Amino acid sequence: MEITRPVFNPFLQLLPGAIVVKLPAMSRCLFFILLFPLLWLAGCDSTADQTTIIQFWAMGQEGERVQALAPEFERRHPGLRVRVQPLPWSAAHEKLLTAYAGEVMPDLFQLGNTWIPEFVALRAIEPLDKWLHTGPAPALADYFPGILAANRLNGQTYALPWYVDTRLFFYRTDLLAAAGFTQPPLTWNEWLRAMMALKNLGGEGRYAILLPINEWQLPVILALQRGATLLRDQDQYGDFQNPRFREAFAFYLSLFEQGLAPPVSNNQMANLYQEFANGAFAVYVSGPWNIGEFRRRLPTTMQDKWMTAPLPLWTDPTPLSTTGAVLEMKPAVGVSLAGGASLAISRASPRQEAAWKLLEFLAEPEQQARFYQLTGDLPARQSAWADPALASNQQIQAFREQLRQIRPTPPIPEWERIAQRIAYYAEQAVRKQLGVDEALAALNQDVDRILEKRRWLIGRGMAP
Amino acid sequence: MIGYERRMALSGWAFLTPALLLITVFFFLPVIAALLLSFTDFDIYALGDLNRLRFIGFNNYQQLLQSPLFWTALANTFYFVMIGGPLSVAVSLSAALLVNSRLTRFPSLFRTLFFLPVVTTLVAVAVVWRYLYHPRYGLINYGLSLLGVEPIDWLGDPHWAMPALILMAIWKNFGFNMIIFIAGMQNIPVTLYEAAQIDGAGAWRQFRYITLPLLGPTFLLVALMTVIGYFQVFAEPYVMTQGGPANSTVSIVLLMYEEGFRWWNMGYASAIAFMLFALILAATALQLRLRRNTN
Repeated sequence: MEITRPVFNPFLQLLPGAIVVKLPAMSRCLFFILLFPLLWLAGCDSTADQTTIIQFWAMGQEGERVQALAPEFERRHPGLRVRVQPLPWSAAHEKLLTAYAGEVMPDLFQLGNTWIPEFVALRAIEPLDKWLHTGPAPALADYFPGILAANRLNGQTYALPWYVDTRLFFYRTDLLAAAGFTQPPLTWNEWLRAMMALKNLGGEGRYAILLPINEWQLPVILALQRGATLLRDQDQYGDFQNPRFREAFAFYLSLFEQGLAPPVSNNQMANLYQEFANGAFAVYVSGPWNIGEFRRRLPTTMQDKWMTAPLPLWTDPTPLSTTGAVLEMKPAVGVSLAGGASLAISRASPRQEAAWKLLEFLAEPEQQARFYQLTGDLPARQSAWADPALASNQQIQAFREQLRQIRPTPPIPEWERIAQRIAYYAEQAVRKQLGVDEALAALNQDVDRILEKRRWLIGRGMAP
Repeated sequence: MIGYERRMALSGWAFLTPALLLITVFFFLPVIAALLLSFTDFDIYALGDLNRLRFIGFNNYQQLLQSPLFWTALANTFYFVMIGGPLSVAVSLSAALLVNSRLTRFPSLFRTLFFLPVVTTLVAVAVVWRYLYHPRYGLINYGLSLLGVEPIDWLGDPHWAMPALILMAIWKNFGFNMIIFIAGMQNIPVTLYEAAQIDGAGAWRQFRYITLPLLGPTFLLVALMTVIGYFQVFAEPYVMTQGGPANSTVSIVLLMYEEGFRWWNMGYASAIAFMLFALILAATALQLRLRRNTN
């Protein structure tokens, strides 16, 4: 069923001959009236033969391909059946919220891991701790720590990561080598030198790096690397005028000011892959979904000329001591964002035990590896990375390094709105509509307004 | 013994009751609920637990008036209505004249063809138009390139996105008004044209002094419906641009939808809905007043 949307229907509003208006509405009514007994019959059917049907909602290609894992699960659990309902990503969030409001939540569902705080605030998710701490549960220590953190809130685990993504550099090895760098640099400072060289190499209309100006991710990543907290006082206020955030933001803007990045949004890029192959830019910040796209869309002559690299560090890596041993084991990789999707169990589900069995099954390293083969989604469990399909893929290795250095965004339901505001003001600042301090002050003000309800809840001692 | 008139009144009410009941349940109650909602801060928190709902009076409306995005959406919507509305009516009228002309062969075929876009799903139309608008491979840019015009990034350029949507909306919708215009024209007695011809009036004068004035009521109906419909523009930007690039195609209804169903700020979204209602009411009243003055 589609959720009802306001449909643009300019001519059917005031028409005197109301038949035209009523016909679709009537047939829709009729449709539901006819549908009801069918649904009811279907409901009866499942109770009749003693099998439990697990309703599982999953998005996009995951929703389509996960069905291939179902037969194995059903073989191991004869009394259980899985019914996968694929949802398009673009409508998934609304659909889950509408399902919650209409009390028709599925038993198990996929959700973007930035949505978890929202569904926790709704009290729509059953915490998993009671299963995780009894019986054979997936070893939590096996998950990349950053991605697990995105699934935990107030000391409870609300969901398990299904697959992970994060952002790092996709770059042209040949262009970087021509600029005098045979290895990708480790720090932003060195990358700046490399990007300058790339820019000089290219000349008119060529850039070093593509950073779509309508995205919030890179400004936020830089701020996290700089040690900014984004929000302050239990995430009740924006902290965007903090000197650390300002420094990171100014660095981001300087990439455009120095002409290293073109001031374009991602829908202004007609064909990203072609431009990358043409050398219009040499570096692109993106996620694992683009590995497959680059393989498919770049010409074959280009295939050995691109590689991935973890994000650079804000400061220099810890220097080697005179004996050559690292003094302190600090990572040589800059922090990136913990993205991806998780699986959660609905609080209202009467089949939670069965849903947990399915969740547990999908979290097994073997199933994670199989799922990678089906979809190309990166496994959230580190042991699944031993699978030859992953271990043999060169371009994926940088992701493994990067995934050890990822951080979740602030765990509050308002985050997506805040991120939108960051993207908006970053774009304004890049386009020079606003100065740095002006943009950050306005951003802070907007964010404080968005967080007003949260402050009120916390002030009254209510759990947000 | 109940009197005859009273019995008639009662049976009248009896016949009305089902309709009234339906309208009350499916229209008046939701509208009243939405009005009440617009004075609250109903959001994701309140959805989870009604104790977290606050009555905030006119705060939503106040915030709305201070929000730059609302003004952007308002300006975009006016752009769409002011440019798209008259153009759409003009195209419908021209098409009606052409189809209705005695020189046109197979008028019913053309009537059907022109009406086809109206009954086609917008999503299917949008898919095709996205190809047409494609900056590199699109038919429109190909046509322009033959005339020596540089390629235009129709849906990616903030200046061109709205004109592109207007063009598509006109194409999609003109058939409906065309049918109404044809119906109106067929009600004009042929004798008037014959008399005019005898008096030596050419095609233009016949159109100017017979067709246009006698189409007056039809014109009013078409104009009202078009304005009301165009103010509620939603599906075009929703399927084609999602309000981008740089918010250049965010319409009021799209903003309402985003606030309501994306961010789940139902209170705020309801306030937007009532603003739109007030706006359409004002625009309609203005149109009727203008019409009365010209008569």
